Amino acid sequence: MIDTIIHFSLILLMPPLLLGIIGKTKAAFAGRVGAPFLQPYYDLVKLLQKGSVFSETTTWVFRAGPVVTLAATLVAATLVPLGNHSAPISFTGDMILFAYLFGLSRFFTTAAALDTGSSFEGMGAAREVTFSCLVEPTLFFALISLARMSKSLTLSTMLTYTSPGIWITAGASMLLLVGALFITLLAENCRIPFDDPNTHLELTMIHEVMVLDHSGPAFGYILYGAAMKLFVLGAIFMNIALPARTGSSLGDWGVFVVGMILLAVLIGVVESIMARLRLIRIPQLLIAATILSAFAMLLILR
Amino acid sequence: MGSFADQLLVLVMLINFVMLGSSRMALCIRAVAVQGVVLGLLPGLVHPFSWHLAGITCGIILAKGIVIPYLINDAVRKAQIRREIEPFIGYVPTLILGAIFTTLAFVFAEKLPLAPEHRELLFVPASIATLMSGFLILTTRKKAISQVIGYLVLENGIFIFGLLLTEAMPVMVEAGALLDLLVGIFVMGIVINHISREFSSIDTSRLRALKEE
Repeated sequence: MIDTIIHFSLILLMPPLLLGIIGKTKAAFAGRVGAPFLQPYYDLVKLLQKGSVFSETTTWVFRAGPVVTLAATLVAATLVPLGNHSAPISFTGDMILFAYLFGLSRFFTTAAALDTGSSFEGMGAAREVTFSCLVEPTLFFALISLARMSKSLTLSTMLTYTSPGIWITAGASMLLLVGALFITLLAENCRIPFDDPNTHLELTMIHEVMVLDHSGPAFGYILYGAAMKLFVLGAIFMNIALPARTGSSLGDWGVFVVGMILLAVLIGVVESIMARLRLIRIPQLLIAATILSAFAMLLILR
Repeated sequence: MGSFADQLLVLVMLINFVMLGSSRMALCIRAVAVQGVVLGLLPGLVHPFSWHLAGITCGIILAKGIVIPYLINDAVRKAQIRREIEPFIGYVPTLILGAIFTTLAFVFAEKLPLAPEHRELLFVPASIATLMSGFLILTTRKKAISQVIGYLVLENGIFIFGLLLTEAMPVMVEAGALLDLLVGIFVMGIVINHISREFSSIDTSRLRALKEE
């Protein structure tokens, strides 16, 4: 019971903090003081208090977009085990539901973008869909390898199965999986080598262009949903990359929170030292990630 | 020790992918050098220590990791090329082909009638995969230097297969193989220089066109 309460409070409260930490890390690299850690929370509160403007050409699809996206991400967040604690909801085959909840949210984001009738947003939607169909196989290959290792199709069992022992026996394939999942994490969350979350109105961007027409609370939902997506995929990544077990329940929560903070710092470092890739190079990197995870699966199946 | 050798073989196969997917000549040469050094470390991991083995290790690291990459680098500098511009098949398709060949190598290695002590190790699939990657680079790239790199990768694949036999293989055979390779690189370097001097390009696909005109 207590674990469920902690799970829900973490998935509801922690995601914006990760964005704050990423921002602070980037500021430290640039020699600036940077916005406070809690800045994303202030931004969300500010956005929720504002009014919304809806274009007359849009339909209900445009209004449904942010809500469906946030709802789908929230459901996905309840399926993922955080640290060593299994998720509140889990059943056989929930990994498929998990993957396609993100598919649903992506569908509604792109549909809302297309609904505005702006050619600019249509371009962003086309890019998002193109890149996501390259990311999806990576995620599935990784999930299949985990399912094969743990002999289970439940996300909770698959992800809590990893332990330091696996890193010794199957180190190479675990390393490949971690590499592929990190690329997936950056691509899915539109972080820097793929897309710059800070720039608006630039021709090479992907995700940001699709949400240009949203304002007020709807935009707040989008930002919150994006932060939660980062949190959920980050939780999967950390479960594989850092399978530390303390033995006590509270200790495991502590390890998980520290792990997520480390992940945010890592993303901040990557964003500080890398430039964004040219658009034509992105598919190449995504296919490389797919090959990495397919290769990991091959090694595990053997 | 076998499992650490397996991790190194995974690294070797990853380097294959780097070479299949990158257009920058300098990166390819560095990758093939790293692959050579990794291959040099391998015999020491699978066989018990002996002076014969130490000699082989040093020889391989020296030849594959230092001398040959240096010679290719020299040829690149003289011919003034930085990247492979237009391969016969694009980079992403070659990467995918490489992945398919690697998978097939694993499937094929399962079917081979191997000695039981070799069955669990990655040597045979890694060797076939490296061989096929070298073959792919050799056939899909236009520049003579890329083809030399492909030839090196091909030879690395054969070398991995030979690793299983290092005990049985006398040092003369090893040295002979390395010497052959070195001579091959020399000859190719000279040929490349000649091509670039005569035709102001080392694009081998133009050699054919020249004859037809």
